[in-house]
Amino acid sequence: MTSVPLERTRVLRGLPLVPAVGLMLVFLAGPILYCLYSAFTDMALTGSSGASFVGLENFRKAFASDEFGRALRYTLLFTVVSAIVGQNILGMALALLMRTGGRVVRTVVSAIVIGAWVLPEVVAGYLWLAFLGDEGPLNQILGVLHLPEQDWLFSLPILAVSLANIWRGTAFSMLVYSAALSEVPREIEEAATMDGAGPVRRLASVTIPMVRRTIATNLMLITLQTLSVFGLIWTMTRGGPSGASTTLPLYAYQQAFQLSQLGYGTALALVLLGLGGVFSLIYLRMLRSEEAVR
Amino acid sequence: MTVVQAREVPGRAVRRPVRRGPAGRVAANTALSVVGFAFVVPMVWVLAAAFNGTAGLSVSWPDPWTFENFRAVLNVDTTYRPMLNGLVLCGGGTLLTMAAAVLAAYPLSRYRSRWNRPFLLTILFATGLPITAIMVPVYGLFVQINLIDTVLGTVLFMATSALPISIWLTKNFMDGVPIELEEAAWTDGASPMQALRHIILPLMWPGMSVVAIYTFIGLWGNFFVPFVLLLSNDQLPASVSIFTFFGQYGQIVYGQLAAYSLLYSLPALVLYLFLARRLGGAFSFGGAVKG
Repeated sequence: MTSVPLERTRVLRGLPLVPAVGLMLVFLAGPILYCLYSAFTDMALTGSSGASFVGLENFRKAFASDEFGRALRYTLLFTVVSAIVGQNILGMALALLMRTGGRVVRTVVSAIVIGAWVLPEVVAGYLWLAFLGDEGPLNQILGVLHLPEQDWLFSLPILAVSLANIWRGTAFSMLVYSAALSEVPREIEEAATMDGAGPVRRLASVTIPMVRRTIATNLMLITLQTLSVFGLIWTMTRGGPSGASTTLPLYAYQQAFQLSQLGYGTALALVLLGLGGVFSLIYLRMLRSEEAVR
Repeated sequence: MTVVQAREVPGRAVRRPVRRGPAGRVAANTALSVVGFAFVVPMVWVLAAAFNGTAGLSVSWPDPWTFENFRAVLNVDTTYRPMLNGLVLCGGGTLLTMAAAVLAAYPLSRYRSRWNRPFLLTILFATGLPITAIMVPVYGLFVQINLIDTVLGTVLFMATSALPISIWLTKNFMDGVPIELEEAAWTDGASPMQALRHIILPLMWPGMSVVAIYTFIGLWGNFFVPFVLLLSNDQLPASVSIFTFFGQYGQIVYGQLAAYSLLYSLPALVLYLFLARRLGGAFSFGGAVKG
């Protein structure tokens, strides 16, 4: 085979990528490039086309501001607590338990968990408002247990929205892990049992390593998703009280659309994008080190 | 110790997977029930309020018990048209996303190329992009190319916004299908696209169901995109009309909001139940591939 037909097969092989790449170039890459440009300008929503180039001024302003630092901290807290710890571990635990649990329990519980996920963001926000409210079920339950009642949305708003996000997002991890676990051949786990491995040992040495790829991928997806959660927090707290649950997406939205500081807002969005990039690189490392082992 | 136990029940050890026995099953069921209870409690409000003639934000037993809330929202303007609009937008978006994602995942999963890694990296960064940030430039773009306030344009953008994550997931599920199966098909003279359709896709159903459900539900709950890109009231999907619902009456009618929330969640639930049967096949999937 000469090099020309080989070259042609290579091009032909890439052909199925065209529809996806075309769509993403037009509707994602285009707007992102525009974003990159406007983050370095003092563009404002109300002003006419008179945006001028201000270089790194927007970023300098952000890193000097207390509000930005707080938003960054809350974003990290929200992401680690609700996605990396909450959704990920609970989702894995549920997927594992489902394999042992009885058929009826399994069906009912997965229906409930998925129901929480299926409910639209805004509806979920209102549910949690009611749930955590003064007369809400949580305080009713705490009252029955003789525990002190809490006004969760005022005392610990970031924890409140984190809990809501765990509630809403766990189903995704559960589904992904269920599909992955179903591909783990039972024979291998049986063999481990025959060799005397207990449940914990089996989980740590056999099952978990076999779904490591999925764990890294799932962590990446839920982290990126959680980083840009907007509707849920907006419905529950509007970022308050006094900024105590303002994560970066809310801060960027407030700056861009409410205060019309479009340039500054898109600069903040770029920071958020960078944060997602850092997390992604960490998880990619996880994937790569695993490939090296293989 | 465990070895001895396994010998004591030889009948179970051979064919059936040795799970944790009845005690383990009880423990698993208990743990699952606790989690299930914790998850269902926040839903109590919407269920109680939807049937409550005097619902507020606090939770109380419906008094009077009534279907009046549903009757009030079940009309063309409040429910039927927004639902239909949502189905067209999200159904179209999901179909387009799935088609493009499966096609794109195939070369990424099957052929080695130095472009794969940079491409997938780029896709990941796209996944992390907060859609709120790019909606202003997207609005500008849509005005320029005359796609603003069109269903087609909104479907295209919704599909694109779901594409990166769908490609990523699809590619990973496709990696799970051994290439040996396909090579056998190629030897029999099948083209790559035929192998994709007849060999890979049937084996990938559990994974694809996850992607499809995820895409549809993500789009169904998406408020911001249709809110910005659609202007005419009669084109708005249910996710946006829930907000006009808030503004319509000075005071929020919580009972009707709850009833509407239940109705709004229904299509996504139905789709999930429909696909869940295929998802059940996930449990035999491992064995089928090993075969």
